Amino acid sequence: MAIVKRVVLDVLKPHQPDALEFACELADLGSEYQVDLLVKEVDDKTQTIELTISADNIKFEVIANHIKIMGGAIHSIDEVAVLSSKPSEAEQHS
Amino acid sequence: MFDRLRSFLRITESGKIARRYFVTNGFDGVLATLGLLMGFRVNVKTSLDVIIGACLGAAVALFMSGITSAYISESAEKERELRLLEQSMIASLDHSVHGQAARLMPWVIALINGLAPFCLALLVMFPLFIAEVQLFGDVPPLDAAITVALLLTFLLGVYSGRLGGRFWLWSGLRSLMIAAITAIIIFALNRGLNVQ
Repeated sequence: MAIVKRVVLDVLKPHQPDALEFACELADLGSEYQVDLLVKEVDDKTQTIELTISADNIKFEVIANHIKIMGGAIHSIDEVAVLSSKPSEAEQHS
Repeated sequence: MFDRLRSFLRITESGKIARRYFVTNGFDGVLATLGLLMGFRVNVKTSLDVIIGACLGAAVALFMSGITSAYISESAEKERELRLLEQSMIASLDHSVHGQAARLMPWVIALINGLAPFCLALLVMFPLFIAEVQLFGDVPPLDAAITVALLLTFLLGVYSGRLGGRFWLWSGLRSLMIAAITAIIIFALNRGLNVQ
């Protein structure tokens, strides 16, 4: 299965937990997870945010579940960067 | 566990509600006990057992009333806030931290609302409990308890003043004045009844 290196998500979330707490909670889900959070829109009770998560191997299901636990909803997956987990031909011959 | 509780307090913004309940119901507890003590002080000599029994009864009643009234109002309020948030999210939040917090926080707030008057009433009654020890010298236990009640009223005023960013001494003195007026009214009423 391909290794997910980076995802960009469009997420709707309540005001609480705030952006910093939300990003920190996601960053703590894996080793060396880098989370960039951009607040795109603020409404009366909700915020629309753009989440960019980068890591060596992102466990997407865990992230999606944690976003749900924090009250958020993933609207769309806007960008992904994945890497094949199969060994290259050179590696296969050696 | 405390991190989780702090997170729930932040999510539901219940911290300020809990502080408000602590001050208002704590004030109720101290003033109610002060009222009873003043009543006993003015009237004919009553045994300490009867005074302690009456004050303890009032403290338990305030505890139960505080818990039930706050739980009923806060659970309805938190449920309403959760449904409004769900409408904005267009999704169920029952299994999210918001749902958990909406179910737990009414109990926490209710406990604070019940424990505040109960604990403060017990503090006021402290001189009565230790009457034999004579910790307050020759001061009669009833007078010592009234002094503790006035002191706690002052401290509650100081605390609420600090919360509101007001000058602590003025807030404390204002609360003390309210307690003093209460005591004077009870004193006058009892004297009036005794004269009749």
